[in-house]
Amino acid sequence: MTETRAGELRAIAREIRKLTIDEIGYLGVGHIGGAMSVVELLTLLYHEHMDTDAKNPRKKDRDWLVLSKGHAGPTLYATLALKGFFPLEWLHTLNTGGTKLPSHCDRNLTPGVDMTTGSLGQGFSAAVGVALGLRMDGSGKTVYAVIGDGESDEGQVWEAAMFAGNGGLANLIAFTDYNKQQLDGFTKDIQNLDSLEEKWKAFGWFVQRVDGHDFAAMDAAILAAKKQGAKGKDAKPSMIILDTIKGKGCDFAEGLVSNHNMSFGMDQANAAIAALDAAALDAAAPGAAAAKER
Amino acid sequence: MGTKEMRAAYADTLVELAATNPDIVVLEADLMRATGTGVFQKAHPDRLFNAGVAEANMVGIASGLSATGKIPFASTFACFASRRVFDQFFLSANYARLNVKLVGTDPGVTAAYNGGTHMPFEDLGLMRTIPGLTIIEPSDPVSCAAFTRLAAETYGCFYLRLPRKAAPCLYAAEEKFRIGKAKTLRKGKDLCFVALGSLMVGSALAAAETLAAEGIQASVLDVLSLKPLDAEAVLGEAESTGRIISAENHQIAGGLGSAVAEILAESGIRCKFKRVGIRDEFGQVGTQDWLAAHYGLTAADLVRTAKALS
Repeated sequence: MTETRAGELRAIAREIRKLTIDEIGYLGVGHIGGAMSVVELLTLLYHEHMDTDAKNPRKKDRDWLVLSKGHAGPTLYATLALKGFFPLEWLHTLNTGGTKLPSHCDRNLTPGVDMTTGSLGQGFSAAVGVALGLRMDGSGKTVYAVIGDGESDEGQVWEAAMFAGNGGLANLIAFTDYNKQQLDGFTKDIQNLDSLEEKWKAFGWFVQRVDGHDFAAMDAAILAAKKQGAKGKDAKPSMIILDTIKGKGCDFAEGLVSNHNMSFGMDQANAAIAALDAAALDAAAPGAAAAKER
Repeated sequence: MGTKEMRAAYADTLVELAATNPDIVVLEADLMRATGTGVFQKAHPDRLFNAGVAEANMVGIASGLSATGKIPFASTFACFASRRVFDQFFLSANYARLNVKLVGTDPGVTAAYNGGTHMPFEDLGLMRTIPGLTIIEPSDPVSCAAFTRLAAETYGCFYLRLPRKAAPCLYAAEEKFRIGKAKTLRKGKDLCFVALGSLMVGSALAAAETLAAEGIQASVLDVLSLKPLDAEAVLGEAESTGRIISAENHQIAGGLGSAVAEILAESGIRCKFKRVGIRDEFGQVGTQDWLAAHYGLTAADLVRTAKALS
């Protein structure tokens, strides 16, 4: 990936991050931490890798995304809205009665959402089932699945991992959003996931580990996963472990231990959004933001 | 009309359906030898998936498969299909409005030697709370085959409750069945047994025969479809006989007895009513006959209940 393209994706990610903060801030409460840590991943998938059609979300021949950590739904909604799956105005309906944007992903409510998720571990099994179905159909499309590190406590994740590994489901590319935090604290203190790469390798997966906020690194990993997946009978499903930061880029949430689900209003949201714009200006021309302030 | 293993009726039908419908797939959780779908594996080896002893994952994979247009039949013992994977079946399959057919074998006392750990007396109660789910317990091999076919042809989630063992055929091969419709196997004027499943329908038919010899004419309604329940047929019997006895191989709470009580109570029809089934107890080991006698599920129990209600 060229630096120019990475720069374009960073700009799109910033928009998605701002939209997500605004979306949750407008409601006043939400899963900001895990929503922020997957922004770059969803940006990269929808703007670089996935074959989707905003006008025909259920088209037969498409790539699928199963956001098994369904509580990051707000980021997916911002991503889909920006892609034109539905109007941006919908984002302010998050979790209000009758909305099409519920806190956890629902395949029957939101255009572009491929699987209903939220009870952790379940989406991952469903993703394996989708990959199996596509393989039976001889489809060349890919199923992308995103699980959380806290979600990896669920036994069902490892049942699905065993099935996909043994079945050589090479059309499945999964990601662990390894932000090192879960609802009650740090994963190392709740249930330690150490040797995560070895765990996935032991289950028969092709495993890579990269910075989940670095477009070039993630892009290279996805390309390597696809290349590996094309190896015929020896091909394996892919797990790309993403080192991420919970709350990334949302100034009042990043770095907090208790940022899984937070209450905040539009004042805080607007300040966080302004800080993102200032940081972008600063990155483009160092000192510019400060000069503008003056 | 002979007898046939219920599991053979199920598996043979799937083989037949799969021959013309490429979307039919079968999932097992290391109980294929029990369910009898080995014949399906033989006929369609690329369409049977064994998840191993991982029922939750099996139901999740079935859900994912159905999202791609496949029609998955996933089977395991009824205790696991209900208690163990309730959340997976509830959310990944039903809440997601997918098309998963979950088959629970060895219901109630038919679990026999597997005993209390494997003996579901509550699966129907759990399943009845799932919005929109169709719940079927066939009474014989013919209805088993017919409802397997109907499940494949009807979009939406199903729970099929199936004993594995041989059962006598109660219907001719060409009998037509419908979801939500009960069958009247015997018509009487004095009372009606509303029975679910091969064991209890068998007990009800035998009880009706005994009662007839004593001048009491009993109807036998073969429920087949617990949800949706054929309220019209049940209420018709309530009006014409004034005495309803529900009979189920399940707790009297939550299952057929509760479902019948609900519609009777809301109907305003004056009617005597008694539930036959397991009365707030856990399962245990024993032969099916011993267990049926122990829990009061035999023809003699139904005769006694009928006389007490007269």
